[in-house]
Amino acid sequence: MTAVPLRLPRRLIEFTLDGQETRVPEGSTILEACRAAGKDIPTLCQGDTLTPKNACRVCVVEVAGARTLAPACSRRAEAGMTVLTGSERARHSRKVVLELLASATDLSTTPRADEWIKEYEAKPARFGAGAARVNEEPKVDNDLYVRDYDKCIQCYKCVDACGEQWQNTFAIAVAGRGFDARISTEHDVPLTDSACVYCGNCIEVCPTGALSFKSEFDMRAAGTWDERAQTETTTVCAYCGVGCNITLHVQENEIVKVTSPHDSPVTHGNLCIKGRFGFQHVQNRV
Amino acid sequence: MDLKHTDAAPTDAEREAVDSLLGPPPSGWEGGTTRSDEDLRWARGGASAAKDRRDQLLPALHAVNDRIGWISEGALGYLCRRLTVAPAEAYGVATFYAMFSLRPRPPKVLHVCTDLACAARGSAALCADLTRDFAPAGTATEGATWQESPCLGLCERAPAALLIQAGEQPRSARPADPARPAFEDRGPGGGAHGYGRGREGEQRAAGAPHRTAVIAPATPAALTHAIRSPEHTPPQPPPETAVPQTGSPGLVLLKRIGTTDPASLDAYRASGGYTALRRAFALGPAGVIREVLDAGLVGRGGAAFPTGRKWEATAGQPDTPHYLVCNADESEPGTFKDRVLMEGDPYALVEAMTVAGYATGARQGFVYLRGEYPRAYERLSHALETARTRGLLGPDILGQGYAFDIEIRRGAGAYICGEETAIFNSIEGQRGEPRSKPPFPVEKGLFGKPTAVNNVETLVNVLPVLEHGAAAYAATGTGTSTGTKLFCVSGQVAAPGVYELPFGASLRELLELAGPPQDLRAVLLGGAAGGFVRPDELDIPLTFEGTRAAGTTLGSGVVLVLDGSVELPRILLRIAEFFRDESCGQCVPCRIGTVRQEEALHRIKDRTGAAAADDIALMREVGQAMRDASICGLGQTAWNAVESAIDRLGVYK
Repeated sequence: MTAVPLRLPRRLIEFTLDGQETRVPEGSTILEACRAAGKDIPTLCQGDTLTPKNACRVCVVEVAGARTLAPACSRRAEAGMTVLTGSERARHSRKVVLELLASATDLSTTPRADEWIKEYEAKPARFGAGAARVNEEPKVDNDLYVRDYDKCIQCYKCVDACGEQWQNTFAIAVAGRGFDARISTEHDVPLTDSACVYCGNCIEVCPTGALSFKSEFDMRAAGTWDERAQTETTTVCAYCGVGCNITLHVQENEIVKVTSPHDSPVTHGNLCIKGRFGFQHVQNRV
Repeated sequence: MDLKHTDAAPTDAEREAVDSLLGPPPSGWEGGTTRSDEDLRWARGGASAAKDRRDQLLPALHAVNDRIGWISEGALGYLCRRLTVAPAEAYGVATFYAMFSLRPRPPKVLHVCTDLACAARGSAALCADLTRDFAPAGTATEGATWQESPCLGLCERAPAALLIQAGEQPRSARPADPARPAFEDRGPGGGAHGYGRGREGEQRAAGAPHRTAVIAPATPAALTHAIRSPEHTPPQPPPETAVPQTGSPGLVLLKRIGTTDPASLDAYRASGGYTALRRAFALGPAGVIREVLDAGLVGRGGAAFPTGRKWEATAGQPDTPHYLVCNADESEPGTFKDRVLMEGDPYALVEAMTVAGYATGARQGFVYLRGEYPRAYERLSHALETARTRGLLGPDILGQGYAFDIEIRRGAGAYICGEETAIFNSIEGQRGEPRSKPPFPVEKGLFGKPTAVNNVETLVNVLPVLEHGAAAYAATGTGTSTGTKLFCVSGQVAAPGVYELPFGASLRELLELAGPPQDLRAVLLGGAAGGFVRPDELDIPLTFEGTRAAGTTLGSGVVLVLDGSVELPRILLRIAEFFRDESCGQCVPCRIGTVRQEEALHRIKDRTGAAAADDIALMREVGQAMRDASICGLGQTAWNAVESAIDRLGVYK
């Protein structure tokens, strides 16, 4: 059991969520209120360990009286607010955003993307075969992880995790502008020449699989990646005395990737290069 | 923060360009070439130093770009060491702005405007001729290259071009130079253009000077001549040539343009300057705000938010310091009024900002000026300097114990930086991406502190409010749109320029002043983010409520007049291309939506009726999502003009 630090008690505020009077602690986002009420709203750029950038706009909801829709992930609920999560306007925007994303990027490894595309009846193909795509080749420049920016939706989570929110390494940033904006190292140098320390925390937060373990990338290419056949075992990293929790993902008795529980009060899902990638010695069988 | 810097070394010229802005490096930790014993004992830098100086990133990128013409790996690396910025972040910032190049390019770059007003006045033919007579766009020839550019804000003299020659700054323009000689005053229309003009004696033998030249209206011959010998380009006409009403009675905001020397503080004071500030001191900050509220002054940037309420909200914030930001990043295609105000009456802006700063409790003001306005930069810099020496800016203004100063920050080619929160990011040395609101700027703005943001025209309106009182000001215009409004009339009219009319005048009256074309096809009102109006709708009253009722907007005051010779589908395509180019790329509806709209417009550019219906329906759906779900005004309004062309003009019928 992980110890969860108790916060100071917060006042409750009252607002209307889809016609229901709802009470949430002051400072809660609309998304938190929705989840507490059992409502499922699609989100991509929202992450449990990061401040949401609200850039993907799939979680928009309608706030009565507002000119535009509001991102549920970062708009805080206010007393007396009236929120509609499933209004026609909100559903239309979510549908179009999913269509736009799927027409420009590869969402094949994005969890739940297929399900949402069906739910909102999004038809990415209607922009035509000539619709501009991100069209990036996977960047394989080291043995630990792969950057496949064709799958990148520019949610900024990796940049935030690499930068001031967690790792403070600042190896990657958004470069360029508009449709040509890309996550990039300085002057687009290979990771091996960049400031990257291979903590892999960017992979931990990537919502689309644009960043992945080299092991996963190779197995997907070979057609042997099978998530359903994998077991997950959470244990303690043995490299140093900090005692970070690591979760080993094992397929056919081989460790295929390592994650870390986000609710751990020590790491919040973050690891270092050893915990994240230093697992080969476990499976050296002579 | 544990920064890893690159190994690329700057050249001497690059190092000097940066040091001329930041001063010599204080230690080996900040990019100094030698390390002293003390350096080895004490480590300086770290997160706090980075936080303190990050806002110098954009000026430092300008310093290198101005001197060298592009930003090399070595130069960017040196900047990062000097400012304790991560190289990947600085690269992300540098690649955000269109005026910077991260690849080698010749020192001379000619920007040829192909935006709405220039397109309507033949920029396409101009580009074709330039390709034939000189070289194709983007090719380095004879130490120069040319490229197509979004609106340069010279619409009254369309088609227009701006030449920028990288090189050494004249000594007088170096911020690090403590004994900066006074501006060489040539009076209005003296043709002082380009920072390097008339300073040959001071230029070093080492290289060509940094210089800018505006060529408008441009002919193919004038452009090739300017590329080959920028030093011999004819001077620009004085700012009042953009004001056809010069000297007429009834002008309020434009009254000094063409009648008062913009380079002379004495002339400004003789024409009634600084009476508003004196009145402000007499009223006190709360009194000024009350006066502005009573006058009913609303923002002229397009949103029409009551200025007094914005000031009141900023002034009342307990957090300190407060900041004042003047939005002078006028980049809406077809807009040039702020340029004309800053070039023709710069002290008015300085005085108005001082009043605004006083009212909102700010001690520091920033003018975020678009990078493509060299003459406005020069005139405004000069005005700030003289105001400072005469005690009208600085620690004790007019002996009233109020301290206030103004700094100009140059933009670098990004329309989005005119969005009020994108300005903050840009000044802070981040990518110019808009922030989510709430929190609003009055609460958390520049550097996370309460900030009032007003554009140039709004601020200048404060002067008549204080000079003549709220009641007199509110007597002009209509009940909810008080005062006068500046309109930028361009396109196919006899006398393009900035016009000032009381709110409530009709579009027809405005066009009559400018000389409308025989076969008026349409008027684009409010710019690329505005809407089209038909020739039979010219009785629309030019007020915020009147245009809203007519289903259009005043926006930033653009009145682009198109006659029958203009191919509307091409103009729409240009609008779509503009938004696709200028989207910051942060949110999905705008980043991808603008691309999908441009694609659809391409498909139907020669189609009508049923053949275009599917794509129009597609654009409507995408446009609705962009309007509803984009983070900022750019994405929210990108579909407006095209939609109005379809619905009101029936372009594809």
